[in-house]
Amino acid sequence: MESAIAKARMRKTVTHIILIIVSFIMLVPFAWMILTALKTTQESISVNPFFIFPHNGWHWENFATVWKSYNFLVLYKNTLLMIFFRVVCAVLTATMAGYAFGRLNFPFKKVLFMLVLIQMMVPGQIFIIPQYLMVSKMGMLNTTFGLVFPGLVTAFGTYLLKTGYEGLPKDLEEAAMIDGCNVGQRFLHIMMPLTRSSMVSLGIFTAVFAFKDLMWPMIVCTNANTTTLSAGLAKMQGQYGSEYPTMMAAATLAVLPMVIIYVIFQKQFVEGIATSGGKL
Amino acid sequence: MAKKMTPTQKSEAKWGLLFVAPTIIGLVLLNIYPIVNTIWQSFCKTGDFGKGNKFVGLLNYQNALANTETWQSLWNTIKYALIEVPFGVVIALLLAVLLNKKIAGRSIYRTIFFLPMVCAPAAVAMVWKWLYNTQFGLLNNIFHSKVAWISDPKIAWISIGVIGVWSIIGYNMVLFIGGLQEIPGDYYEAADIDGASGVRQFFSITVPLLSPTTFFIVQTRIIGALTIFDLMFMVMDKTNVALPKVQSIVYLFYDYAFTKGNKGYGATLVVILLVFILLLTWILQTAEKKLVYHN
Repeated sequence: MESAIAKARMRKTVTHIILIIVSFIMLVPFAWMILTALKTTQESISVNPFFIFPHNGWHWENFATVWKSYNFLVLYKNTLLMIFFRVVCAVLTATMAGYAFGRLNFPFKKVLFMLVLIQMMVPGQIFIIPQYLMVSKMGMLNTTFGLVFPGLVTAFGTYLLKTGYEGLPKDLEEAAMIDGCNVGQRFLHIMMPLTRSSMVSLGIFTAVFAFKDLMWPMIVCTNANTTTLSAGLAKMQGQYGSEYPTMMAAATLAVLPMVIIYVIFQKQFVEGIATSGGKL
Repeated sequence: MAKKMTPTQKSEAKWGLLFVAPTIIGLVLLNIYPIVNTIWQSFCKTGDFGKGNKFVGLLNYQNALANTETWQSLWNTIKYALIEVPFGVVIALLLAVLLNKKIAGRSIYRTIFFLPMVCAPAAVAMVWKWLYNTQFGLLNNIFHSKVAWISDPKIAWISIGVIGVWSIIGYNMVLFIGGLQEIPGDYYEAADIDGASGVRQFFSITVPLLSPTTFFIVQTRIIGALTIFDLMFMVMDKTNVALPKVQSIVYLFYDYAFTKGNKGYGATLVVILLVFILLLTWILQTAEKKLVYHN
């Protein structure tokens, strides 16, 4: 009996050691990013002697410098606006379409749902050239509308919400029908509130996906004042790639807001992104 | 059909069409038309300043398929997938099994492993590029080495693959934990009574019962890995000598369509990618029936 307990304890210790090593590997890049951001350029490229920590003061002012010189306020604003409109559009259109596909009967339902499935099956890059040409023809390059454009509707979100609606019990709606509610009332007052968790998942997924996207903002917003954090970083790297503390301060500023929100709402985040089913 | 509908059915049909209308119009405009348009453009030569498309038949395809650069980038993409998918899946599975038990600090570990998922790949790639720096990078300083992690054509693709694995294991792990929680606990209890070891239980219970989840992750990650772009674009400079041996097919597409302004040729590359991915999806779906354990 005692050996069994010792064995279990041993197993637990080994588990923790493995998990701590992996945690360390996951965190080192973040730690090095922040430590470099706090050094002078001289320190960051000093190899002999090599310093892990900044050794003559922690240069917090690097953040202020990079904030001003790259106009981070504008990058945050652009990214936030893009995320806001994409989330609103995605949740609104997908909730309606998801309800219709999941609960209603209407002509051409199967054919129309095929369009949703086709969008999900093909690689997203195939849409980019025509989407760019459309935005360009509308004269909407370098605008928030241009950034939001490919995210006005969402096939994946429609699919996700459809699954959510299909999972709801039938009698709820039937009772409302007998009470004389029309489809719109049933949707708004009874069904929609019940899929709130799917809507939150879709919202988080849409926000994170938009935040991470690099190619589209690089294509439609080439101007440093109209682009997003991701594309802004690409621009900075092209110009000042060897000023390592500056670059790391910029990278820190770019990931920090999302990381903070993630740590606060981590349960919803993990669920929201995990239900996305690989469309990342 | 419409004639036989009762008033209730009629109203339901109206509401249904109304509700799907925004999504369907959007999908046709933003996705279906672009698929057709991209395929059409792949048969065209892009004129100066992107104007005056001229139909040239299969010329772009002949050029693309005759160009070793195309085949090299396809091979580069597959090589990337060969690192990201197996390592990303196996490491994630092991971590998921460890975290699926009652263990102190479980949610802290999960939060840490999942962290790269909420970070912009552009920022992640910048940090790793700095870690890999030959002269001043952390890796070479720790190991007292002078390895050209991202500019030696022989190892640069592995270095990029490592970033890919690091970025994805948290995500795969969360999906695996979801799958593990659906396996009934009685299976393990019965195995305990029979005296089966932990390793034996893993291979005889966990692996087969988890196979639908595993298959789902492998399939979505293969497709994801084949469209890799951000990491390569941010890590590999235009002047990097290892670039030809690392750049993915999507990188090549971006380069032609948007840096060089040759949309027609870019469209051709992306159609080749489309055919490749559809073919692979079909093969995987066929394999699914044989590989996945169904109750």
